[in-house]
Amino acid sequence: MRKSKCFWLAIGVLLWSTRLLAQPTFPENGIADPRHGFYAFTNATIVKDASTTLSNATLVIRDGRIISVTAGGKVPAGAVEVDCSGKFLYPSFIDIYADYGTAQPQRQAGGFNFAQQAQLTTAVKGAYGWNQAIKSDADAFRVFAVDDGKAKPLRDLGFGTVLSHVRDGIARGTGALVSLANDKENMVILKDRASAHYSFSKGSSTQSYPSSMMGSIALLRQTYLDAQWYKTKPVLEGLNLSLQAWNDEQNLPQIFEAGDKWNNLRADRIGDEFGVQYIIKGGGNEYQRIREMAATKATFILPINYPQAQDVEDPNDARLVSLADMKHWELAPTNPGAFEKAGIPFCLTTSDLRDIKSFFANLRTAFNYGLTETTALNALTKVPATVLGVYDQVGSLDAGKWANFLITSGPVFNERTTIYQNWVQGMKYSVKDDSWKDPKGTYKIVLNTSTGPVNYTLDFKSNSAASLIGKDTVTSKFYYDGRQVRINVAPERRGGQNLALSGIVNDNSWSGYGVDSAGNNFTWTAVYDQPGMQRSDSSRRTRPAGPVGKVMYPFEPFGWEEGSAPKQETILIKNATVWTNEKEGVLQNADVLIRNGKIAAVGKNLSDPAARVIDGTGKHVTAGIIDEHSHIAAASINEGGQSVTSEVRIADNLNPDDINIYRQLSGGVTTSHILHGSANVIGGQTQLIKLRWGANDDELKFKNWPGQIKFALGENVKRSTSAIGNGSNNNRYPDTRMGVEQVLVDAFTRAKDYKKAWADYDANKGKKGVAAIAPRRDLELDALVEILDNKRFITCHSYVQSEINSAMEVANRMGYHYNTFTHILEGYKVADKMLKHGANASTFSDWWAYKMEVQDAIPYNAAIMHRVGLNVAINSDDAEMARRLNQEAGKIVKYGGVSEEDALKMVTLNPTIMLHVDQYVGSLKPGKDGDVVVWSDNPLSIYAKSLYTIVDGTVYFDRQKDEQLQRGVDQERNRLVKKMNGEKRSGAPVIPAQPSYQIMHTCSDHYHSHGYLTIDADDLSND
Amino acid sequence: MKKIVSSFFSLLLLLQVSAQETVYPAPKQTGTTVITNATIHVGNGKVIQNGSIVITDGKIVAVGADVKAPAGATVVDAQGKQVYPGLILPVTNLGLVETPSVRATSDVQELGELNPNIRSIVAYNTDSKIINTLRSNGILLANIVPEGGLISGASSVVQLDAWNWEDAAYKTDAGIHFRMPSLIARPRGFGGFGGGAGGQQPPVDPVKQGLEQVERMKSFFREAKAYNSVSTHEETNLKFASVKGLFDRKQKLYVHANTVKQMLVALDFVKEFNFDVVIVGASDSWQIADLLKQNNVMVVLNQMHSLPTLEDDDVDQPYKTPAMLQKAGVLFAINDEDGQTRGRNLAFNAGTASTYGLSKEEALQAITLNAAKVLGVDDRTGSIEVGKDANIIISTGDILDMKTSTVTDAFIQGRKINLDDKQKQLNERYKQKYGLKSPF
Repeated sequence: MRKSKCFWLAIGVLLWSTRLLAQPTFPENGIADPRHGFYAFTNATIVKDASTTLSNATLVIRDGRIISVTAGGKVPAGAVEVDCSGKFLYPSFIDIYADYGTAQPQRQAGGFNFAQQAQLTTAVKGAYGWNQAIKSDADAFRVFAVDDGKAKPLRDLGFGTVLSHVRDGIARGTGALVSLANDKENMVILKDRASAHYSFSKGSSTQSYPSSMMGSIALLRQTYLDAQWYKTKPVLEGLNLSLQAWNDEQNLPQIFEAGDKWNNLRADRIGDEFGVQYIIKGGGNEYQRIREMAATKATFILPINYPQAQDVEDPNDARLVSLADMKHWELAPTNPGAFEKAGIPFCLTTSDLRDIKSFFANLRTAFNYGLTETTALNALTKVPATVLGVYDQVGSLDAGKWANFLITSGPVFNERTTIYQNWVQGMKYSVKDDSWKDPKGTYKIVLNTSTGPVNYTLDFKSNSAASLIGKDTVTSKFYYDGRQVRINVAPERRGGQNLALSGIVNDNSWSGYGVDSAGNNFTWTAVYDQPGMQRSDSSRRTRPAGPVGKVMYPFEPFGWEEGSAPKQETILIKNATVWTNEKEGVLQNADVLIRNGKIAAVGKNLSDPAARVIDGTGKHVTAGIIDEHSHIAAASINEGGQSVTSEVRIADNLNPDDINIYRQLSGGVTTSHILHGSANVIGGQTQLIKLRWGANDDELKFKNWPGQIKFALGENVKRSTSAIGNGSNNNRYPDTRMGVEQVLVDAFTRAKDYKKAWADYDANKGKKGVAAIAPRRDLELDALVEILDNKRFITCHSYVQSEINSAMEVANRMGYHYNTFTHILEGYKVADKMLKHGANASTFSDWWAYKMEVQDAIPYNAAIMHRVGLNVAINSDDAEMARRLNQEAGKIVKYGGVSEEDALKMVTLNPTIMLHVDQYVGSLKPGKDGDVVVWSDNPLSIYAKSLYTIVDGTVYFDRQKDEQLQRGVDQERNRLVKKMNGEKRSGAPVIPAQPSYQIMHTCSDHYHSHGYLTIDADDLSND
Repeated sequence: MKKIVSSFFSLLLLLQVSAQETVYPAPKQTGTTVITNATIHVGNGKVIQNGSIVITDGKIVAVGADVKAPAGATVVDAQGKQVYPGLILPVTNLGLVETPSVRATSDVQELGELNPNIRSIVAYNTDSKIINTLRSNGILLANIVPEGGLISGASSVVQLDAWNWEDAAYKTDAGIHFRMPSLIARPRGFGGFGGGAGGQQPPVDPVKQGLEQVERMKSFFREAKAYNSVSTHEETNLKFASVKGLFDRKQKLYVHANTVKQMLVALDFVKEFNFDVVIVGASDSWQIADLLKQNNVMVVLNQMHSLPTLEDDDVDQPYKTPAMLQKAGVLFAINDEDGQTRGRNLAFNAGTASTYGLSKEEALQAITLNAAKVLGVDDRTGSIEVGKDANIIISTGDILDMKTSTVTDAFIQGRKINLDDKQKQLNERYKQKYGLKSPF
């Protein structure tokens, strides 16, 4: 043990002895050896920065810093001259997104799962905040340790400086700017607190909350508020190191790992809310929404890892690879070029690369697809240095900066260029030093044998390969290390004679001693003659430039290519059966005119010469279908980490790339209410969207909608499926319907107290002699106060009569109101009470017996509630059924004999009333939005198909055009499969075909099979 | 005290589930029943306008437009109504699973991988509350299928009006169910909501693993074949014995498979063992319809009302699949395995197939005669033809369309069954509460 310790100490001493200057506080074990690293690099082409190049120039460095960079230039007295004739000098690169030298913790499971126990509080000991994922107290510089094994691969690529942070948590603390010198940490850390880092991923946190994208967003927003409040030194909070650290690092450059085009926007919006402009680490698919990226005004950090080509020669395998995945494979190299074209500043990073050595090949591929070398050099030097505020230290070759530079054989990005040396903090690190003067080539060899000189030519190919050319050309056994050379060869193929030569290298002439197979000794010499043939390295291949397909909006099959998106039109539907949902009822042989996105007129003999005319003969026209309960188009649905999560918002994580938007349109749906799931009593804020296929997340939103929130009761919120045997395994309050009631009482009690606290504060604020301290802003309670103030409306997942009854009783007691009971399969038992309460009902037509609490569900439910006088809707809660909601309404005619008109209203007008948007949509009334469906048949019939689905006067689904789009999808797939196959045949590496699984978000309430490539979000590994 | 408490709870339980207890199975048919003035959808594609059906001893003894009602017969006037064969649910867990989320109510999946000796019929609960809601929508027969493992067990066909499973049994143990392993690569670990790099493929290649499982299955059948080729054995092997019928085609092998690869592997069982194979699920069957036809493989389309398998597929692909199979001449039945409605929408699944390319009578055939053929009971049911059991329903309108489908009468083996169910009773109970008048 003692011995090995001594050994490591000895290594350490050796290591430090290479340092430029001894650190004064460190004692020297031996004789002082102070040096200053005083060098002059002369006759070089010096690229000071991307826009300044000096020819025949001199760079002088001393003590790790640049002393001068001058054209011509003299060698100062006392400096060592390095002749760089023919060589290029560049500033070393900067990687702003590295984890070099900082231990990266393993990610652990720790999400929310209906069956597992929850971890409701932090497991970290110490005076930290409540949530384990807020690791703002982590400082990379405290854990940073030099690791030359990791530094060298980066140096070999030309990097000299990296920003390193611990990639763990939603707030990740500070990053440290470090050089890649192999030196003591004290000297290598250039800036200890250089940046602050954030992400949406809770990393190693084992705590249940947050378990969703919207939960991560809410946690960040709340933490901004809490940190602000903490500045008032609230007594109730005590010492909170997490918030303290958070506040301390707000002035640093703020870097957010978002990792995807939509996530980038989500991050940027958080920043906008709190006055922070993040530097955003992207994911490589930003070219799919480059306009939105530009609008963030952020500087981006871009990885250049491209998807690998897949082996799609087997058509059964190929079928499972989606068009979107294949297109992304093709277009990913256009990403940096797209940023350049859009004028968005960005840095490049080696992060995310499968193999760091592919950096240059991938970069050159980006050049083939639109990126320029100037922009790339800036992205690796000036831009990262500038955003970190350290351009006075690194990022160009200017006096006073760190002496971090590359010596190369030519322009740095050129495929044939060799990086010889990478100097970091004035210390030389060889990359391919032996190529500085390339010894490879042909040599004239003379053997001085007893019978006279014998001449050969040696073709020196590599340090272990050379061939001897005489009568024959033969391969020799060869060894070369720059100092010694050995050749063992039979010069004639049939001669049997063998020569063994050994020599010493002296620049370009070698001399030595040899022996032949007969035992005769001789001397020999070899002189460099001419350079050998250049061979390119096939393993570092780039993808050649070539035509690529177009970006689609959304980046999905059936998406619109740039310029081909449908536009708002004036549309006249003639001679149809028109279900007005107004007092006019159903009109026969009537017309509907849509203009400027609104319904302009409904009646007979309408005309507009500018209109596109749709012949409605034999067809039916209705208002667009409205789905009160949907879970499409969102990145996450359930935040189950706590029983009350009113702070989370579906709106924060809309996903416009959900194919189900298009599929719903094919079923006549124009508006969907995207609900939080049913994991908890008070779930998240919902979002109403219009199905504008191709729009971005913000454009999907239904404008002027007041806002709702999801509540839930019963089995899901008491986590009935979390069981051991017949006993409960649930540890998250509540475990019974009794507890559910108390959670509601408690939440609204707190909300009322909170409301009062703010009212008191506002009343006293500014009054003389009153030191009013602002209460803590609480996003959870803010939403509940909105409910109390009738500014936000509840839609409450509920099944059995006891819980419905109790919920209304609590509401009456606490002064709030249930706007809608959704699912409400036992609504028929308490319809009179619901009517009295003023609630709406949104239910399924005929679901039952899928769980215990729906044993008494009946398909007559909607009809009874309707007859009692409730406003009733039929909802889907399922992306498949949503496209047959018209038929689900048809079932209400079957079960209970509701009139056809009233049944149709259950999926059109009635949901708009409960969503408070009936002044905009839900019926065919002039002035309302042009959200209209043309059906092939009576819309309540199984035989009805949507022929046109129109939103805001724009035809988003057209059954004939759909066939064209389908052919387009097939052709594009075919083209890409061929291209990938070509890639494979050309010898490029391919990976096995990767089935493109789709993630489906559900309420987690029931089970639907959506085919073998669809995965329920709840079944995914939690992380 | 404890005893009293527990019996009190049993009483509560009884009260809670007592809604259906007054719906009695109908007694054996006596005399003759005749359905007159009917639009008869035979189930084989034909329609008889204004026809009559004569039923004696549970059998159909006459059908046609010119059939006269025998004297003394009980007449059911179907004037203006539509008459169909009783619908058949070809693959279901009916009677084995009452409430999926409550483990105690589930008897569908036995432990172990190889369970050919498991028989669904012995656990079929004739008192399931689901059954009567299916009858109300015209479903009179069902094939009760066990789940899980590689071989889940044997299915049996039941008629839905019985006191116990022995009474219900219509054809027992006629199907052996094989769950084809998934032959596609599992997803790389999704990075979760935070994006992230994503995990690695598991070290085991699932395709290879699946094919190995298939090989084990084949070995099983090879040994079973050898075993069943001799009449006496030193030791009885219940598993081998239970698949004897596969080799003389008295049993069918139901292969639950969806992808093309899975279905191609299923064809192996036809080729090597000459099994009578039915593919269940078959979502991608439209891609190899001709091959299925060539091999005389029958298909059960499990879920018509389903999203397309792939994003890139036609948005209506599942709806169009039946018409594509029909065109290729594949014999197929349509199923409804929806877990939220428990099979009651079988007719509407067929209706959708009709909207997207089948004729109405073809769509009907997919839930009547074709289903009977798949289940091997077409000699006794599936169409309104002389000599078959009188399994008949009468609807006020088109049974395939929810807007018009209302079943008013149903006969199983000539017995006029009670179409009341728990849900109708609850409807009545609460109409009473609110003073709402019938009909609505």
